[in-house]
Amino acid sequence: MSAATVITDGREHLTGTRRITRFTLRQDRVRIPIWAVSIAGLIGYFSAALPIAYPDQESLQGRAAIMMEPSGALLAGPGYGLDDYTFGAMLTNEILGWLAIASALMSIFLVVRHTRTEEETGRAELIRAGVVGRHAHLTASILNVIATNAVVTLLLFLAVASGDFAVPDALAFALGVGLVGLVFGAVAAVTAQVTEHSRTAVGMAGAVLGLVYVLRGIGDAQERGGTWLSWLSPIGWAQQTRAFTDLRWWPLLLNLALASVLVVVAYLLSGRRDLGAGLVAARGGRADAAPGLLSSFGLNLRLERGSLIGWSVGLFFTGILTGAMGEGIVESFRDQPQLAQVFGVEDMDAFATGEVLRLSMSRMLVFFAMAVGVYAVIAVNRQHREESEGRTGTVLGSAISRYRWFGEALLVTAISSTILLLLSGLSFGLGIAGSTGETSVVWDFTLAVLVYLPVVLGFAGLAAVAYGLARGGVWWVWTLLVGSIILGMYGPLFNLPDAVAENLPFELVPALPGAAFDTLPVVAVSVVALGLLAGGTALFRRRDLEA
Amino acid sequence: MSPVIDVRSLSKSFGPVRALDGLDLVVEPGEVHGFLGPNGAGKSTTIRVILGLLKADAGSVTLLGADPWADAVALHRRLAYVPGEVNLWPKLTGGEAIDFIASLRGGVDPALKAELLDRFDLDPTKKARSYSKGNRQKVALVAAMASDVELLILDEPTSGLDPLMELVFQDYITRAKAMGRTVLLSSHILAEVEKLCDRITIIREGRAVQTGTLSELRHLTRTAVEVITAGDATAVATVSGVHDVTREGDRVRFSADDDALSPAVALLAAQGITSLVSTPPTLEELFMHHYGTETVTAGSEA
Repeated sequence: MSAATVITDGREHLTGTRRITRFTLRQDRVRIPIWAVSIAGLIGYFSAALPIAYPDQESLQGRAAIMMEPSGALLAGPGYGLDDYTFGAMLTNEILGWLAIASALMSIFLVVRHTRTEEETGRAELIRAGVVGRHAHLTASILNVIATNAVVTLLLFLAVASGDFAVPDALAFALGVGLVGLVFGAVAAVTAQVTEHSRTAVGMAGAVLGLVYVLRGIGDAQERGGTWLSWLSPIGWAQQTRAFTDLRWWPLLLNLALASVLVVVAYLLSGRRDLGAGLVAARGGRADAAPGLLSSFGLNLRLERGSLIGWSVGLFFTGILTGAMGEGIVESFRDQPQLAQVFGVEDMDAFATGEVLRLSMSRMLVFFAMAVGVYAVIAVNRQHREESEGRTGTVLGSAISRYRWFGEALLVTAISSTILLLLSGLSFGLGIAGSTGETSVVWDFTLAVLVYLPVVLGFAGLAAVAYGLARGGVWWVWTLLVGSIILGMYGPLFNLPDAVAENLPFELVPALPGAAFDTLPVVAVSVVALGLLAGGTALFRRRDLEA
Repeated sequence: MSPVIDVRSLSKSFGPVRALDGLDLVVEPGEVHGFLGPNGAGKSTTIRVILGLLKADAGSVTLLGADPWADAVALHRRLAYVPGEVNLWPKLTGGEAIDFIASLRGGVDPALKAELLDRFDLDPTKKARSYSKGNRQKVALVAAMASDVELLILDEPTSGLDPLMELVFQDYITRAKAMGRTVLLSSHILAEVEKLCDRITIIREGRAVQTGTLSELRHLTRTAVEVITAGDATAVATVSGVHDVTREGDRVRFSADDDALSPAVALLAAQGITSLVSTPPTLEELFMHHYGTETVTAGSEA
């Protein structure tokens, strides 16, 4: 049975598609604009920030030198136009890949939400029992993801074209991002058929995304312009348009072709299975609990395990890759002493390589701390769902105090955050040591990152207070966290007053190992963090349990 | 002996909504107490206050001789609770969830757990996310029944169970009672409460409207009969214990106490019965007959 017969012979399979499409678009009427504006808005930000960061051609060539290194190519792109680096070439080489990941993630979430999640929760059963064809949901979610990526492409095109860039290249750039999104929407349409659970479907599609990014990374690192490995990757195809350097359109056809093939596969698989079933049956688990599970600490650890593993792997690889750029950065300092001064390295020759690395790379550690801060707030906020879905009531209906239940959940968050910080520092140090041969830095960076633990716990404490006050009121914690991350990362570009810049949460503690250790701020932030954590627990004891 | 649960004039509001309005509930040691009311009457709210999950606005609540808001942990060690809507951790298997929930109040008897899993026909190796509502309810029931506790608080525990499983459930409640345990069983199914409970409290709109033993509430358990006979069926009104006789064309409807059923049917049989339908009273009828129709509308909307 060919795909064509599935679709044409079974027009009745598509009954109700229009309604469901309208319904899904309506459900996503806030989500789609937010994604599109965020993705396009990044370009607006880069357009403003790049001329400040790279004021002259010399500084651009300094950047190009880093991108010529295998570690630079691994993270960014195939490196077209590096010999005469422009902002346009930089967009395609360094930014396109990340935007493509964003649109791919967006598409994966959208498609799985409207297909497998609907089936898993039983909502699809309710709808399928009406006058609705078996392919209506899948078709609606594919139309939805096409529409969403079209909006992303359009906004992105407008954002780029409104800058000082060639219009055809801007279109190729925007189409590249949108088509990668479409390919991964189609990947998710397939994985949603394979497994019974929406989380697994998202995970499988996400793994494919990670794989294709790594494939093009390895290919691009092997040789400038990429090797055959780069050509195995939809993200690679988008970069191979060479937009803003020497534009060619045909690699985008590969994206279109792959998306079409995957959609056909999804329809074929969808036609072969029952509603709610996967192609791969879910495995059975343990009939009895392991002794380690039998405490609120054990349960929270277990519930946090998957997320902790995911974050560990992500931060570890990011750390290795970022650290591996260390050599390039030190090299560029040798060429540009004025850049070195910005990082507090007054005289290159006066310092050993290890010292230069310690000084210059210290500023990077804070970004890992920010990521772990996000993790900690997410981890504490898990309690909201536990409560609204009635599980907290089940637990607190047994012989366990609210102090203990919430306190041990917070303890798990604190331990996980510590592990993630240590892993970040270790992997970053290993990356630096691997690229420079300076092994002495590994231990320094591993321990130095712990200086941020009080700040991370402070944000966990804010989230705990928000939860203790009432279920659902967490927006202000996110506002504070995201605000201090954005101001911390881009503060120098905004010309913030020193009084603000120095008192941002992540700037309160000394930037080890480059800066000198200062006990007072670390102790002060720790006391505030512990106070917030304790306060949140006490507040939770005093309120009604909801749901 | 002092009551296991002693609730006096309990009030609880959620914003402008008055969920409980001066509710009284007394559960004596060793009894199976039915807590009956339509959806939205305040049964679950009452139970959650009794457990100390919600704080009472006014009135007094005593659970096993202490204040559940202040002493929740010590008290919960002595009871097991099955919520009306059981949600489990999607990543855990049913067996793990049972062990975890039971461990929080002192652990589970493995032999009893195995027996209950067998009787309730529950596969403990499946991840909780794949369980139906009935199976999630079984997990909470097994965890509760396999625990060594004085008091079982069950909030509509059979709403997801099929009739066969309801029988298993009733069997275990009977056993719990024989072991001297106290049970608070909330339900909106009169027949279930009738079968299991020694005493019943009926609530509507946050207030107890009736409480007593089954025989005290006997009038609530009349059987409704609809009959067509060759002769004049309204003659059945002469039998003592037959009430509310009405005629509509050939059809005669009446309600009868249990003792009156035999003489009533004998009288009708003598006339030659063409058709006879008897139904146990539903909660809706009970509310309609005893508390007026407006109550039912208000109760079902809430």
